Amino acid sequence: MADTGSQKIQFDLVTPTALSVSEPVDMVVVPGAEGDIGALPGHTPLITTLRPGLVDIHNGGHVTQSFFVIGGFAEVTPERVTVLAESVEAVANISAQDAQARLTTAREALAGASVEGLAAAQAQVTAAEALVQAVTLRRAA
Amino acid sequence: MANLKTLKTRIKSVRSTQKITSAMKMVAASRLRRAQDAAVAARPYAQRMERMVASVLSNPAVAQNGPRLLAGTGSDKVQLLIPVTSDRGLAGGFNATIARETRRRIAELEAQGKTVKLFCVGRKGAQSLRRDHGSKIIGVVEDIGRTGVKFTDAQDIANKVVGMFEAGEFDVATLLFNRFVSAISQIVTPLQIIPVQAPKIEAAPAGGGHAGHGNAAGAVYEYEPSEEEILDALLPGNLRVQVFRALLESSASEHGARMTAMDNATRNAGDMIGKLTMTYNRTRQAQITKELIEIISGAEAL
Repeated sequence: MADTGSQKIQFDLVTPTALSVSEPVDMVVVPGAEGDIGALPGHTPLITTLRPGLVDIHNGGHVTQSFFVIGGFAEVTPERVTVLAESVEAVANISAQDAQARLTTAREALAGASVEGLAAAQAQVTAAEALVQAVTLRRAA
Repeated sequence: MANLKTLKTRIKSVRSTQKITSAMKMVAASRLRRAQDAAVAARPYAQRMERMVASVLSNPAVAQNGPRLLAGTGSDKVQLLIPVTSDRGLAGGFNATIARETRRRIAELEAQGKTVKLFCVGRKGAQSLRRDHGSKIIGVVEDIGRTGVKFTDAQDIANKVVGMFEAGEFDVATLLFNRFVSAISQIVTPLQIIPVQAPKIEAAPAGGGHAGHGNAAGAVYEYEPSEEEILDALLPGNLRVQVFRALLESSASEHGARMTAMDNATRNAGDMIGKLTMTYNRTRQAQITKELIEIISGAEAL
């Protein structure tokens, strides 16, 4: 992995308020709606929706940066990966307690959710679970 | 005479008004800068979102059987107007032009036999329109952009509008906002958000290539999950972005308009102080002359 050589893929992480990240990287893993997608240079053009989860940037065989997104879209072309997300947080900035607290709040909201709000509350819980998992994984690593 | 004293108080009060207007001008100028930066920062997201929508819609089969947000209800009987104004006044014609345009459109649409509903963003617009069109207002959103426009503001508005659309409350929704041209010029701009107007499909792949993509024009994408499902998620997203852009433009316009208005007010106050000081000095001089004449003519009479 480390010696994919000079081949890099341009990665743009865009939020409505800013272009958060824009840099060439070795590989990007995005949480596609139907499973994680690892995008290396030369990937087939693809547009996908994202589920709540982590966008991992790989450089030299390691995850160098990772971001937590709650849904969004990704556009992959052979040279470029563009992730559009309405809410982006660097995992490094989220503490384990914080993540756990969010999961608890989300579960409580789900328990008290009305029929109409059920799907949204469920999505919140799924997102929080993904976050807790991500943060604990990061701690373990 | 007493006149001198009133003039003096008058000058003092105009001077303190001038201080306030010039401070407001400075505040507006710095807010304008921030608002402009925010508008620039929001551009990449909107552009890429538009490109994705265009790419998905380039498949005619998808475009034809699109969701209701795209296809509309097949009618344009009930029109929703969304005038975007500010919460605070003292911004020149900023809010008045929006209110005037809204009234004009209401009259025009009603002349065509359509039903008009209003969803007001910003306190000023709601206040002004409530007087003659109060019964048409089905929603008001206030407190936008007190500390800069946030994306969540746009989300709230878009979600409410989409909710109303799904509840069948209207057929067509149009935003009316001030587009920022410069600090002295803002143009009232209509933007139809529902049904979604498809971005120019022909231009999109070319735009992608021009942005530094090596892929051939009209690159064929794979879609995951299906195009329909992506479109279902993309359209509300695109709507939020458009509302967000309108809010940003409107916020920049507001501060620009206020800056200009306050600049004029400061200048007018300066002119007024000049005139008042002139009158004050004249009056004072006249009084002195009068007193002198009295003394002299008194001396002569002896």
